[in-house]
Amino acid sequence: MKTDSISVRLFNGLIKENPTFVLLLGMCPTLAVTTSAINGLGMGLTTMVVLAMSNLFISLLRNIIPDRVRIPAFIVIIASFVTIVELLLKAYIPFLYDALGLYIPLIVVNCIILGRAEAYASKNRVILSLFDGIGMGLGFSMALTIIGAIRELFGAGECFGVRIMPQSYVPCSIFILAPGAFFVLACLTAIQNKIKIAGEKKGKDMSKIQSGCGFDCMNCNVSHCPDRTTNEENLEVLELDDMVSDTVPITPQDIAAINDAVANNESVKEENDND
Amino acid sequence: MDERLNVSSNPHVRSKASTQSIMLTVVIALLPAFGFGVFNFGIKALITVIICVATCVLTELVFELLMKKKVTVSDFSAVVTGLLLGLNLPAGAPWWIGIIGGVFAILVVKMLFGGLGQNFMNPALGARCFLVISYTSIMTNFDCDAYSGATPLAVLKDGGSVDIMNMITGRINGTIGETSMIAIVLGACLLIMAGIIDLRIPGSYIVTFALFVCIFGGRGFDPAFLSAQLSGGGLMLGAFFMATDYVTRPVTKKGQYIYGIFLGIMTGIFRLFGPSAEGVSYAIILGNLLVPLIEKFTYPKAFGMGGEHI
Repeated sequence: MKTDSISVRLFNGLIKENPTFVLLLGMCPTLAVTTSAINGLGMGLTTMVVLAMSNLFISLLRNIIPDRVRIPAFIVIIASFVTIVELLLKAYIPFLYDALGLYIPLIVVNCIILGRAEAYASKNRVILSLFDGIGMGLGFSMALTIIGAIRELFGAGECFGVRIMPQSYVPCSIFILAPGAFFVLACLTAIQNKIKIAGEKKGKDMSKIQSGCGFDCMNCNVSHCPDRTTNEENLEVLELDDMVSDTVPITPQDIAAINDAVANNESVKEENDND
Repeated sequence: MDERLNVSSNPHVRSKASTQSIMLTVVIALLPAFGFGVFNFGIKALITVIICVATCVLTELVFELLMKKKVTVSDFSAVVTGLLLGLNLPAGAPWWIGIIGGVFAILVVKMLFGGLGQNFMNPALGARCFLVISYTSIMTNFDCDAYSGATPLAVLKDGGSVDIMNMITGRINGTIGETSMIAIVLGACLLIMAGIIDLRIPGSYIVTFALFVCIFGGRGFDPAFLSAQLSGGGLMLGAFFMATDYVTRPVTKKGQYIYGIFLGIMTGIFRLFGPSAEGVSYAIILGNLLVPLIEKFTYPKAFGMGGEHI
């Protein structure tokens, strides 16, 4: 990306493509371990470490890993870091290890990590990939901490173990049970959407741009399409801008490459859906 | 002359019943149970129910004003929800239980899903289950001024014996509106005579439950045990007033029988094999969730359609 930078990556992970509230990825840890703020923060930071390190190494190895076996290769790299982090947690932060339990090994199959490896780290430079991982991890940590804090506040009257509510408050224990996680996540996602839609009304209409035509404007016959010429942004979404430029004439190879990339991107999306 | 030449599209015959009139009838039908609850548990029961009703109506009003929607408070559906919720609470519950329950029933279960007619589960029962999960100790503590100790169903579950006559008249411990079988059946008769409900769901529900208790209850056909199970807990209130909720029951006749049978079996399983003594509310909630599926399988075929070959 031309305009890509470390700050763009961090902003993208924290706000624009927040893995929990916008992409709705990694729901299993989000719903299961956020019974308290400290658990949410611990899970988020653990995931962030794994995400950043696996992004870094996958980006380093992106030209060595054969395309056909990339998913197993990614999994091996991710699983190695999860094992390292698990052993470190067990040695140095045992209370967090006990609290998170089974969900630490399950980070391996967290689709945020595999998703970022496939969608970003395997195609981009090392430093940017590292910060993409950190940004996504920070967004995940932030989301989990907020969910955990709200659930702990209503479910136990505390926040990070400190009593907030008055002593007369009777804890509403549904919030630290599974249904409470769904309630809190749904409310926060709704608030996030509300803010986002309010912002979009001022700016441009993002809903049409993501309408799934693949932005393959070269092969497109719809002449009245409103997005026809404003390709730059669309292509940024798909990370295709290296292949297309206004000055270079388009060859059939380019079109094939674009189609491939679009197909690739869609397969990533499908895999993300299969969390 | 004008009237004879009037050509309009169907329906040509309209019922005079409106949402408002139906809901008002339900409110009147609930009054015997409500009145007996107040008589049985004292003034505290009256206050609890009034808080529930007021919270439900206010929540609906405030939500619709804030969202700039048409205000539908005058259709009495929120009053019915509040009344049912109040009748489902223990008399000794603190005042804020009614407020939390009322807000949850109307805001989360009803309005967030689109208001009356769109809710996928009975708002009052949804709120009751929410409260039971959230505040288990408060919701299962039936100690109040008039009574203390366990409900008859809990006594039965522990192998004790209960006084059947007291259970049928309602001089027992429990939630505000569920104790008196006579008062509830009185209200139900009114509903049936007014044509608001019919016996398909309550009948199949209660008969299935009775058969289930006879088969799996471990006491065979024991009239005392059976009538205690039938008149105890929320079975009667649930069968006549909550399982028959227009919005959350199947619309097809066959579906209504299936629904009633399902509720009977689930209530039996929850009561006899579950950890708690009562299971009516969970059974009805579970039934509510299955209603779309039941309707899909029992949807009648239009004349001339269907058959083996298509």
